[in-house]
Order: sequence, then C-alpha cells, then structure tokens
Amino acid sequence: MSGAGSHIISDAIAWLNDPLNWTGPHGIGALTVEHLGMSAGAVLLGAGFALPLGLWLGHRRRGGQVTVLLSNVSRAMPTLALLTLFASSAIGFGNRAVVIAAAIFAVPPILTNTFTGMLEVDADVLDAARGMGLGPWRMLWRVEVPLALPVIAAGVRTAAVQVVATVPLAALVAGGGLGVIINTGLATQRYGQVLAGGVLVAVLSMSVEGILAGAQRLVTPRFMTAGRTARQPVAALPAT
Amino acid sequence: MSAGQPPNPWLSWTYVEHNWGDITTALSRHTTLTIQAVLLAMALAFPLALLARARPRLAGPVLGLSGALYTVPSLALFAILAPFTGIGRTTVLIGLVAYALLVLVRNILVGLQGVDPDVLDAARGLGYGPTRMLLAVELPNALPTIVAGVRLATVSTVALVTVGVVVGYGGLGQLMFRGFRSGYRAEVMTSSLLCLALALVFDLALVLLGRALMPWARRRVAA
Repeated sequence: MSGAGSHIISDAIAWLNDPLNWTGPHGIGALTVEHLGMSAGAVLLGAGFALPLGLWLGHRRRGGQVTVLLSNVSRAMPTLALLTLFASSAIGFGNRAVVIAAAIFAVPPILTNTFTGMLEVDADVLDAARGMGLGPWRMLWRVEVPLALPVIAAGVRTAAVQVVATVPLAALVAGGGLGVIINTGLATQRYGQVLAGGVLVAVLSMSVEGILAGAQRLVTPRFMTAGRTARQPVAALPAT
Repeated sequence: MSAGQPPNPWLSWTYVEHNWGDITTALSRHTTLTIQAVLLAMALAFPLALLARARPRLAGPVLGLSGALYTVPSLALFAILAPFTGIGRTTVLIGLVAYALLVLVRNILVGLQGVDPDVLDAARGLGYGPTRMLLAVELPNALPTIVAGVRLATVSTVALVTVGVVVGYGGLGQLMFRGFRSGYRAEVMTSSLLCLALALVFDLALVLLGRALMPWARRRVAA
C-alpha cells in the first residue's frame, strides 16, 4: 500500500477541500463542536471531583499515597477497557459513557498537581499566615490556593489535552466527535479520509494544548516562572 | 435483566476454557508487541539522548518535538500511519515505538544532565576518558531516572496496544472490542483484567531489574 502514498495524500487533501465534508450534521464543524463539548463536559466532571479532593488532601498535607496509586492505576488502565466495560454495564455506550470515561482519566493529573501544588507552598509562608491570625478557610483561599494556582493550572491543562485526545476513541463505541471521521474511513477503506481525520484530530489536540499553555501562562505570576521546569505537569502521557 | 435472557456474568471460567486459544494468542501478541516496542524505542532513544546532550542546541528541539508528538492522540497517529504502513502489526509497532521513544529520550537526557558535576569532576581527575566516563560514571548515576522512564514507557505501551484495534492488531484490545460488539461481559472483563495484570507484571519485573542493577540504592535504604 505504501506505493499508493501520494495518491492517499491527494485523496486526503481532496476530502478536506470538499465543502460538503465541513457542513451538515456530520460535517467537520458539527463534529468538532461535539468533540469540544464532550471534552469540556469530561474536564468539568473530572475537575469537579479532583479539585476539592486535592485541595482538601493538600490542605491537610496527607494522602500522597492515594494520589500516586490513582495515577499509576490510570496509567495502566486502557481507555478502551473502560469504554467496553461501560458499554457492557448499565452505563451503556455513546457520548455520555465516553464523557464519564474521559472524566475518570482527567482526575489523576488534576488531583496529583493540586495536591503537589499545595504541598509545595513554603511552610514559612503558612507559618507567617498563621501568625497573622488567618483561620483555615482564609489560609486556604488567600494563601495556599493563589500560590498553588500555577501547578493546579498545569494539571488541568494536562487533563484537558488528555481528554481531547481520548474522546476520538468514542467512535469505536458508537459515540461522536472527530474520531467518527477516522472510524468511518477505516470501515469504508477510504484511507484519504482516514488520513484527513487523523490530521484534524491532531491539529485540534495541538491547538487546545497551545491555547491552554497560553492560559496557564496568564495565571502564573511572573515571579513564579523562574522555576518553571520543576512545575511541568506530573502525569503527562499519551491517551490510550 | 429479564428472565428470558441467558445469564451474562462478568466473570466466567467457562468463557476462559472455551476461548483459551484466543486469549493466549491475544496475550502473547500483546506481550511480544510491548517488549519489541520498548526495546526498539530504547535502542533509538540512547543515541538520540547522547546526541542531544553532545549538542545542547539540539536538546531544545528534541524535547519540544517529543512534547508536540505527545499531544497527538494515538488514534490519530495510527490513522495517519495506516494509509502508508498498512493495516496490522507494523503500524501499531511504529506508533508504540514513537510514543515510548518520547518518554525514554526525555528521561535519559534528564538523568544524564542530573549527574552531580562534582562526581564528573572527580572522575575526570582520575583520568576517565569520555567513553569510560559515560559507561562507568554517568549511566550508573542516571540509572534511577532511566529505569523510571522505562517503567513509565512500558506501562503506557501496554495500555496503548489496545488502540491498535483500529488497524486490527490490538492484542487484548481485540478481545475487548469483540466482547463489546457481541455484548459478552466475560470477554470484556477478562481481557481488561489481563491487560491490567500484564502492566503490573511488567512494572514489577522492571522494579526488580532496577534493584538488581542498582544494589547501592538498596544498601542506602537499608543503612
């Protein structure tokens, strides 16, 4: 098939240039919106669980083993396993199941980074705040969270990129999003379309990564960027 | 579940007995594919990391490129490769090697850069040449970081193999997908558990290998 490489590339370009592939209920536009909607839902769901838990564990300064265990298990757990397990259970398949599965994979990076960010807050700063008479709540919101914010943001960014990269697998279990283009192409052996779909998914992931990297920079105070290399996302891995 | 439907248990020994051949084939494909991908990635990662270290100007692009490729979803990578490398094992292997390579290059480079300069100075003072320095001083010192990278790469590779299902070569993922298609719970559950177990076994084996390679680390803990 490798000899047909150039003809597949021209097929892919032709497919991308066909306006009919961009519009309509199954066009690139609608699928991208669906993809981003599912991703946003998954990140919100995951963050809704992981942020409070991470803040609580970090504030109490314990529970490190739990976060490490969670991120290790999630590394070993294939998304496809979770999706097919869901499909065979009461959760079922389709977009809702995919959002739940992606949300589960969004938890470890957010949890780990929130916890680590809170732990990294200088003990002297906490001591000074306590000396100034700050109670636990004001300590959390006025001191710990602002100082941990860049690391927390890095965790949310990792999770979001991972989710955007996970959602394409939805197409395998009758869900939507841009993965549909790849899956339909493979099923009908239109490899130009497969290639075009792969490029679209990759471009979307990279754009989300780029936009979130900018957002993360915005929430990071300038004085904290010096030690930036130490603050890279803890649990970056490819979507499985 | 209504009374008329046959039972559909999550775990069933009958399933395992009746599908023993399929299960062992999928498991052995999954295992060999993982080992092959990690070994190939290591063979490529060492020279790349050494090159990036020897030419610091290359280190930035090498790490940046690895970061960029990391954001490409596995399904997309397989889809981009499939038209050129065909449906089947080769496509999956190339994708797996690419992802493992990223983790390994990064960790080897970070490990080598993290070696205490005083130690290097002492070795230089003892008359160590570049090759001996690398093999006898730098690599052993970087070993904990390298082993951590190999563990991470291996465990993620085990999980990634399942995505190979899109090109018809997903190891245990093939069984997960078949179980999903036919609504056979025992098949989905068995293959998922085997996949997790495989990752765990690989990880434990690498921990033990790391201990065997780094007896000094154990002694330090004992002391």
